[in-house]
Amino acid sequence: MAETARMVNIYIMGKHYQVPEGLTILMALEYCGYRMIRGCGCRAGFCGACATIYNFKNDSQLRYDLACQKTVEPDMYLVQVPFFPAAKALYNLEEIASTGEQVLSLYPELVECFGCNNCTKTCPQDLEVMWFISDALRGDIREVVNKSFDCVMCGLCAARCPQGIVPYNIAILCRRLYGRYLAPPSKHLEDRIAEIEAGKFDAEIEELKKMEESKLRRLYAEREIEPAY
Amino acid sequence: MYPAYMEESIRKVEATREKRLKETFPRLSDEEKTPLLPKYHPDYVAGTMRQLLLGPNKGDYTPNEVAELLEGNSRINPDKIDLDKIDYDVDVLVIGGGGAGASAVLLARENGANVLLITKLRLGDANTVGAQAGTQAADRPSDSPFIHYLDTIGGGHFTNIPELVEALVKDAPSVINWLETLGVNWDKRPDGTMHELSGGGASRLRLHSARDYTGLEEMRVLRDEIKNRNINYLEYSPIIELVMDDKGQIAGAILVNLETNELSLVRAKSVIMATGGIGRLHIQSFPTTNHYGATADGLVLAYRVGAKLIFMDTMQYHPTGAAFPTQILGQLVTEKVRTLGAQLVNVDGEQFIMPLEPRDVVAAAIIRECQERHQGIETTTGQVGLWLDSPMIDVIRGEGTITRELPAMVRQFGRFNIDITKEPMLVYPTLHYQNGGIKINTDGATTVPGLFAAGECEGGVHGRNRLIGNSTLDLFVFGRRTGRAAAQYAKEAKPSSLTLEHVRQWQRELEQMGIAESRPISPLLLPDYARRMPDYLPEYSRQVLTAGQVKLA
Repeated sequence: MAETARMVNIYIMGKHYQVPEGLTILMALEYCGYRMIRGCGCRAGFCGACATIYNFKNDSQLRYDLACQKTVEPDMYLVQVPFFPAAKALYNLEEIASTGEQVLSLYPELVECFGCNNCTKTCPQDLEVMWFISDALRGDIREVVNKSFDCVMCGLCAARCPQGIVPYNIAILCRRLYGRYLAPPSKHLEDRIAEIEAGKFDAEIEELKKMEESKLRRLYAEREIEPAY
Repeated sequence: MYPAYMEESIRKVEATREKRLKETFPRLSDEEKTPLLPKYHPDYVAGTMRQLLLGPNKGDYTPNEVAELLEGNSRINPDKIDLDKIDYDVDVLVIGGGGAGASAVLLARENGANVLLITKLRLGDANTVGAQAGTQAADRPSDSPFIHYLDTIGGGHFTNIPELVEALVKDAPSVINWLETLGVNWDKRPDGTMHELSGGGASRLRLHSARDYTGLEEMRVLRDEIKNRNINYLEYSPIIELVMDDKGQIAGAILVNLETNELSLVRAKSVIMATGGIGRLHIQSFPTTNHYGATADGLVLAYRVGAKLIFMDTMQYHPTGAAFPTQILGQLVTEKVRTLGAQLVNVDGEQFIMPLEPRDVVAAAIIRECQERHQGIETTTGQVGLWLDSPMIDVIRGEGTITRELPAMVRQFGRFNIDITKEPMLVYPTLHYQNGGIKINTDGATTVPGLFAAGECEGGVHGRNRLIGNSTLDLFVFGRRTGRAAAQYAKEAKPSSLTLEHVRQWQRELEQMGIAESRPISPLLLPDYARRMPDYLPEYSRQVLTAGQVKLA
């Protein structure tokens, strides 16, 4: 905000306030004197705690975003999104199959999606939520992973789904199935774990631990550096 | 969108890009590094640290903001607490719901303990989710735990505790595997080879990532697993004091419901402190990359029961916090941007530091370039910064790399009409990490019987400066180790009667020294960003309005 900040009119749960131009919704709430307990987490767009709904004085269309990332605009009407629990299937990842049928059996409400696309419209990360729900329905777990990867699990999609589907919980099931069962195994990782367990590096690390500092410094300074790219 | 005068400087950055593609800025030698840090790193600014006046680290230096809280007054009056009324009775209590706490609670449960996790905000609200770049593990054939050890201890200026570094580097590959078994998706090639990147101070490509949402991916999987295993956790319920027994062992904790101020008593045979960092103390008024709850609570609580702290005079300033736009001031611009090939350049588009030096060195070089050489760019609010030339990444690695590898960064700057695939990012150091913390051994045991610590609140692993990708690694390595060890400890513990005598004694000491009145109430719990209440309000209403700051019992 500039030193002589212009003031913007906003409304928090219907009450009028003036705040300097250029604040995020979260900063504006605090500027007005609100001390956040809920609805505030990483303050950087990663945790999904501050999912928020707003509209404008003369435009009742609801809009959705993260309060820590969205700048206030004139005549914004702000509310705090109440907490409500969302359906989550409980499962033992070691005992389930990495198939579309499995996803459907844990989240049978998937078939209820009628394609209204409200979920996609609410997503503050601009993910194609309805499309990954459709991928999940078709059993294409890999595509669910691709499309849902940047999900911060803020809950807005579930809040707006008229069918009670919780897209973000379905997506994390698919991502976990993919990471656990469908991603190609990393041989070099398995080999290294076996080497460590066999004590292959114990002697040389023991030597480093006991090394006098001047020698350690020299070893560090002279170490070969692999090009970054 | 950048203002026109900044665009002029961007034209210069573009003009030097071709020259810089061929240029390798030399790494600093030991002799060049040695004078840089004392002169320009914030840790060395005179008057910003002071000696602690009491407690296990009496006489040691720490930032003024930390010292005030460590010497703070308890939120409770022990005489008003009924220690016979136990609300929760468990084997292992885990304090903190980030990556370290989540790992610890899973392992404690696996090792047969009856567990409870409590957290100040939501499960998963922690610095872990903001860790973008990745997790280090030496698992490629051309790499080894030996080299990882050498990089780590060199980055820490040879001050790290050797046994802790050994644990870190030797556990690393199995941590990557553990997370994958739980369903974390690592960036991989189709043949299963991990897609690994370099990082500041790393001599090998060792960084495992999940796009630039690595910490988020790790955290959301652990959180989901805690729910699947029906592990008890309480949200919005921070600890405000630890409870001891009359044999001097940890015996539980007092928690507060943040919304109702109601207190509850947890009895536990062992306690794992996993409360994270201190960024929200805004040391030296720096902005921070840290989450809302990063207020040093665990340090304060552990210090009051006599736990020794270590390296409390060294903070990490991440070299690249956003300097523009103001809305995201101080938020993290991941080191992965430099790892992928972006260079740091000044107002004229010239390099001044090798971009993959360790963090403290790069931060100091940026401050020197701005403050001494006046080669920075000033924003409309007076904030100064330097360019991180992100478009170079696509030039070096091919078009589409930035969008694929850095979707969070593209999205964050895109919100303010800055396309980082075409224009550079303006950056300046930001408060990022607490290098030190509660002193632990390789089991995560502190100097107080029954008290363990894992993650950012513990110290010694990183010495005086942590490398990229070693913090998330630390969370899982020591989270898992403490989970196991605390469960084992609980099996053998012989609990005795509960007491808050340590709190009485602490308060007596503050009174005798005559400093009780001048010190704040701590732990802080949450920063207070609400606009100050007007002076004319009566005292009681001011207290209501700033609820987190009042004494609770």
